Amino acid sequence: MDIYSILFWVLSVMAVGCALGVILSRNPVNSVLFLILTFFAISGHYILMNAQFLAIVNMIVYAGAIMVLFLFVIMLMNLNADVEPQKGQMVQLAGVISGGVLFLIILAAIKTAAAQAIEAKSTDIGLIANLGKVLFKDYILPFEISSVLFLSAMIGAVVIGKKEGGSLPNVSKVDEK
Amino acid sequence: MPVTSVHYLFLSLLLFCIGIMGTLMRRNAIIIFMCIELMLNAVNLLLVAFSKMNNDPNAQLFVFFIMVVAAAEVAVGLAIIVMMYRKVHSVDINILNRLKH
Repeated sequence: MDIYSILFWVLSVMAVGCALGVILSRNPVNSVLFLILTFFAISGHYILMNAQFLAIVNMIVYAGAIMVLFLFVIMLMNLNADVEPQKGQMVQLAGVISGGVLFLIILAAIKTAAAQAIEAKSTDIGLIANLGKVLFKDYILPFEISSVLFLSAMIGAVVIGKKEGGSLPNVSKVDEK
Repeated sequence: MPVTSVHYLFLSLLLFCIGIMGTLMRRNAIIIFMCIELMLNAVNLLLVAFSKMNNDPNAQLFVFFIMVVAAAEVAVGLAIIVMMYRKVHSVDINILNRLKH
């Protein structure tokens, strides 16, 4: 076994084990921490596949920003107690069975897929210079549209999260002065 | 045994199915939301593996845009969950079944 295979198996076991920890742990804070570990394992996979830019973005955006947001919301709601009501045994069993059946069906479908080696030869497609050239040459319109999407998401989050009935401070009075 | 594309197919399929199981099993809205993030990441991993396999940078750009959309989705979704918590003082999704009646 070469170093690539060993790292692959270690990171895979870490990702799957922590993903199971996300759905099995009773405490939501533990779930968030397990999910952060899963994202780090996936970032390790990205580095293994020579996609350094995506690995860093995954760490900063997902493990850094998004999961901290989740953690803030959980702390804000004081949900870190083990009082979460559970679904009935039958419903949980049905969830596991339907997920497992989907797994088996897709497994049967991809069982005959031709194994193509992902060799460790170094390519530079994942480097930021190369991706930046493609992004600003071929995908400039989606890039600009995604900035509009971010703006609308920001405004939407503020509007939804605003306290009901409480109006914003009156701006027109400030203007009159 | 060298690592092939089939290994990555199995790994991301496993992660995706764990996400689906979590979505169906749990009642906490935040955990369900986190499981959806897990499913998005499983798809991202598979896209990067295919990008490496075919030596094509377009798939990695696609992953980048998926991350952008996921970040926007999380902002709005968590605002909705906070709003729901203010209304009913719980994030239990079983409280939200009033549309049924």
